[in-house]
Amino acid sequence: MRYLPKSTSERREMLDAIGAPAIETLFASIPEEFRLTEPLKLPAALSEQEIIEYFRARAAENSVGYTSFLGAGVYNHLRSVVTDSLIQRGEFLTSYTPYQAEISQGTLQAIFEFQTLMCQLTGMEVANASMWDGSTATTEAVLMAERLTGRHRVVVGRSLHPEYRQVLETYTRNLGLRIDEIGFTGTGQIDASRLEAAVTSETAAVVVQTPNFFGVLEQMPRLASLVHAKGALLVASITEGVSLGVVRPPVEADIVAMECQSFGLPQSFGGPYAGVIATREKFVRQMPGRLAGETADGAGKRGYVLTLATREQHIRREKATSNICTNQALCALAVNIHLCLLGKEGLKELAAQNLAKARFALDELEKIRGVRRAFSGPFFNEFAVEFPRSVKMINAELLRRKIIGPLPIGSYFAELTKRGLFCVTETISRTEIERMAEAIREILAKPI
Amino acid sequence: MYPSDFRYTKEHEWIKVSGGTATIGITDYAQHELGDVVFVEMPAVGAKITTGQVFGTVESVKAVSEIFAPVSGEVTEANAALSPTPELLNSDPHGAAWLIKIKLADPAEVSGLMDAAAYQAFVSEKETPA
Repeated sequence: MRYLPKSTSERREMLDAIGAPAIETLFASIPEEFRLTEPLKLPAALSEQEIIEYFRARAAENSVGYTSFLGAGVYNHLRSVVTDSLIQRGEFLTSYTPYQAEISQGTLQAIFEFQTLMCQLTGMEVANASMWDGSTATTEAVLMAERLTGRHRVVVGRSLHPEYRQVLETYTRNLGLRIDEIGFTGTGQIDASRLEAAVTSETAAVVVQTPNFFGVLEQMPRLASLVHAKGALLVASITEGVSLGVVRPPVEADIVAMECQSFGLPQSFGGPYAGVIATREKFVRQMPGRLAGETADGAGKRGYVLTLATREQHIRREKATSNICTNQALCALAVNIHLCLLGKEGLKELAAQNLAKARFALDELEKIRGVRRAFSGPFFNEFAVEFPRSVKMINAELLRRKIIGPLPIGSYFAELTKRGLFCVTETISRTEIERMAEAIREILAKPI
Repeated sequence: MYPSDFRYTKEHEWIKVSGGTATIGITDYAQHELGDVVFVEMPAVGAKITTGQVFGTVESVKAVSEIFAPVSGEVTEANAALSPTPELLNSDPHGAAWLIKIKLADPAEVSGLMDAAAYQAFVSEKETPA
């Protein structure tokens, strides 16, 4: 978008042209009581030097030298400077979603490659050009299932990220969708027998996260047959994409909704990230968002087009498949570049490292008296541990030792106090894991 | 151009009645306005359609348009050929590319629709360059 400066005389000229005496008269249709009569209460402008000082001071507040064991939907993975330098090229960084799409061949090619990678990772047949993030992708997958089945109930595992469940509730509050939640068993997996009882001929979709919020892998083939037996659709939600380097993708699902943050996007206080919806080709017309496709031009040369955008809001208005189908083109490009840098073998190795380090961390923690694994199900790079005392107290002590401890699961699940959710990625060394376990041993040895 | 045994709507659907049943499609003018049709969405057999209400959609390369029911009735058949070959709508909109067959709720309703001459006049008016 261009910046168009206007001088006072130009403003006057424009007002004269439309016959308005002053800009305020343009707001006459807004009742007086709702109009702002004084300037906004904003801090005064800073000089260039003051701005630089301000940001230096803010940057100095950043914590450095800490080891973090936090995951729970947002993951600390290694990133390459190659990704940042490529996405900062002006052609990518400043371009808006193309409405005259075919003029932007580079953007379309990048989207096409992203979709291709997402299909390869998830085992699905089509993937869209990206969504806001994993939580909105999961919710949009539910709405998509509702359109496909004509049913208005959804069954959600409580092992789906609690904040994803909140997004689903917020989106659907006024849509007449009924949400039923199903608990988990001692394995940390969704309670399959309760699930079977809860899914009826009125259920549009069942949402299952894998690895789930507790880091535990769900038994997708078994769950899929329970869900499909009632004619409902299975939505697989994935928050940790790196798991797909070693874990079989949920190919039995009808829709896969994934958060791509783990692929080259910084944690960055919660965003911006990129989500994606991948599904079977037969469901493509109810999939929100857009699809880029590869074709040949009149001379037979390879080119890219927007294959499917007809159901987006700028064309279908209120009848669009989604009113929020903004694609995160720049973030998706970063994901695309990161995955290409990693390659197939690189992703496998990365995932294997995560798996091995998480296992090592759990083994170290289990050696501590009073500490035990909370769930018995198989996990990838996150696992829950039960402590003999409050996780928040332990974390406060860890923080003094420059260790950011596990997520207190009790903050989200009242019945799971004293449980901490650890995430161990490739960024954490063996020494750091040993140091963390040793610190916890010391903390627990001290009387409260 | 427009068959004389059909009746037409302002939304560019046609209907051909035979006894208590009728066949419904979209007109040649409609397919021309839409451009290359890539997908047709139709109601299931047994579904009830209501005069003036949307019963399906036609998707072309650049847009998705709604199809409105010219009259009320119950769907007895949907044209299965349109799923694998939606382009039929461009080549034979008044014949092979019929959309649905219905059992009429009220056969008298049809007489309120335009005949071929009236529809021809209606679209000619639209085609007049501004």
